[in-house]
Amino acid sequence: MGADLWIISIAIFCLGALMGALNFITTTLDMRAKGMTLMRMPLTCWAWFVTAILGLLAFGVLLSAGILLLMDRNLGTSFFVPLGTVNGVLTGHKGGSPLLWQHLFWFFGHPEVYIAILPAMGLCSQLLSVFSRKPIFGYKAMVYAILAIGFLGFMVWGHHMFMSGMSPYSAFAFSIMTMGIGVPSAIKTFNWLGTLWRGKIRFSSPMLFAIGFVSLFVVGGISGPFLAQPVLDIYLHETYFVIAHFHLIMGVASIFGIFAATYYWFPKMFGRMMNEPLAKTHFWLTFIGAYAIFMPMHYYGMAGGLRRYSQGTEVGWINQLWPIQRFISIAAFVTIAAQFIFVFNLFWSMKKGKKAVDNPWEATTLEWTTATPPPHDNFGGLTPVVYNGPYEYSVPGAPRDYVMQTDAPVTARH
Amino acid sequence: MASFSTTTTLDEPQVSRGKAGGAPPTFDGGDGGRPGRGLPDYPTRLRRARLGLLVALTPVLMLFVSFTSAYVVRQGLPTLDPRTNQLVRDWIPVKLPTLLFVNTIVLLVSSIGMELARRQTKLAAVAATVKPATEAPISAEGKTPWLAMTIALGLLFLFGQWMAWKQLAASGFYVATTPSSSFVYLLTGAHAVHLMGGVLALLVAGLFALLHRSITTRSIVVDVTGWYWHFMAGLWVYIFALLELAK
Repeated sequence: MGADLWIISIAIFCLGALMGALNFITTTLDMRAKGMTLMRMPLTCWAWFVTAILGLLAFGVLLSAGILLLMDRNLGTSFFVPLGTVNGVLTGHKGGSPLLWQHLFWFFGHPEVYIAILPAMGLCSQLLSVFSRKPIFGYKAMVYAILAIGFLGFMVWGHHMFMSGMSPYSAFAFSIMTMGIGVPSAIKTFNWLGTLWRGKIRFSSPMLFAIGFVSLFVVGGISGPFLAQPVLDIYLHETYFVIAHFHLIMGVASIFGIFAATYYWFPKMFGRMMNEPLAKTHFWLTFIGAYAIFMPMHYYGMAGGLRRYSQGTEVGWINQLWPIQRFISIAAFVTIAAQFIFVFNLFWSMKKGKKAVDNPWEATTLEWTTATPPPHDNFGGLTPVVYNGPYEYSVPGAPRDYVMQTDAPVTARH
Repeated sequence: MASFSTTTTLDEPQVSRGKAGGAPPTFDGGDGGRPGRGLPDYPTRLRRARLGLLVALTPVLMLFVSFTSAYVVRQGLPTLDPRTNQLVRDWIPVKLPTLLFVNTIVLLVSSIGMELARRQTKLAAVAATVKPATEAPISAEGKTPWLAMTIALGLLFLFGQWMAWKQLAASGFYVATTPSSSFVYLLTGAHAVHLMGGVLALLVAGLFALLHRSITTRSIVVDVTGWYWHFMAGLWVYIFALLELAK
């Protein structure tokens, strides 16, 4: 019963995600402000757009898997459940394939990790440009890289199943595709560094988290090509090395995106700034804490430390590694405690924060043209007209070091 | 100045879909064809509704693609017979009720009725947008024979599917009898649920006619439901072919 409710709630979540994706895609395609061509969209919007497409294609498959699972549990069908006994009695199921479940689940599951990380990639690109006072390096390359990651994300689900007994030829194909994702990822990383290079960097709290995101993305991502190889995966699967990899890149990096976005757009939402010293304390504790938790896990995994076991004290080679586990646990508790600084800052600043001006970060995009907090209908019944790209910073000859998207068109070469 | 910044000359401000650019004030109606604060005009609303439908059909398609792949995979799987300890196949081909052929014809005819209803309402809507609303022709209001016919045929199809299920059960094929019968119930059921959505949308459109809601809103509902309906008809033909040809 409990599991059925759980599956039903996942199915409802699928429907909700599909509706959300439908909204994002149609809005992006047909309801942009006048002058907002696709190639003038902030990268945040591009990332959400591609994320919505991934969701549109992936959640239907999870929904279908959920329906089949519900039928197996309640109608006696055998899509996934093989022949088996419970307490010595045949269950009545026969012939189903758990591997079929794995395929359907991971066909959704791998795009899902990009659904988690792409929005963070987009908004951190945005923030790196704003706080470096420089145009984003390689805007078009960034857009194409997002599209490429989204496309390749559908080709690699098998790398979650290398140990399922799949044909080595299939594993080889999935392996090549997986390592192929490294290419657009490297393009993005290079462009982020290019954006920072010789910029007039303002180390405000959103920027710290955006830089933190890049750092975590690189460190977490670099272990990807290791795990993408079936031969190495024989050893590394089911170890903490995998935990370290995906928590750094998909977990902590995405959460850094959430933090960066919260600190960045909070003034627009609530009309007040978040407390900066508290935000910086939160950043440093979380940043160092995340590394303290997950870097030792790589070593623990390579040394043979298994995941999914609550206790390893009876196993000799794991037993020797307990100081690492203790260090990880302490780091985790400290990092979790640091999050209360953020929660306090969030609610305290809503009431007591410094009043925010309309455009506190001197950014160019549309949300900063309207009042803070925005009036009803965001722009008070009028929609802005766009003349410029989203990253016109340090434009030579311009009166300020930034040109809003709604300002007169920039025609001077720069 | 940073040496890495891009060197570009910006184009003249361009507006999508060929609307005039010029030098408008910084803020205006924007939103492609929204004059002031009212609803956007009829072609814009129709275009958006069709785009929304097209996007919404994608996950429906993915759902059935996923079912199809499960069908193909499950068909090829052997299972262990606990009595003999040998690998056997538990996939027993289902003899589909001939009623399904009749249902297919009913649905295809309903699709024709749907198309006629779609064109009829669209003509009425275009006529109403040209003429002032007060002079809307009476013939455009209330009388929707094709719509009624489509709803009736849609309900007939659903009833026919229900009867086909009963025939299947009578011939000994229940949901859990064999994986092939599981898939028959699954695919017909999932399709029926989707078609019910279409019937519901048509009923709403009919209700609009009775409530004398604007012909443009009704036309948009009928138009997108029409495309949805055709998709459902095509999907049914596909499902039927899969069940009949890949036993």
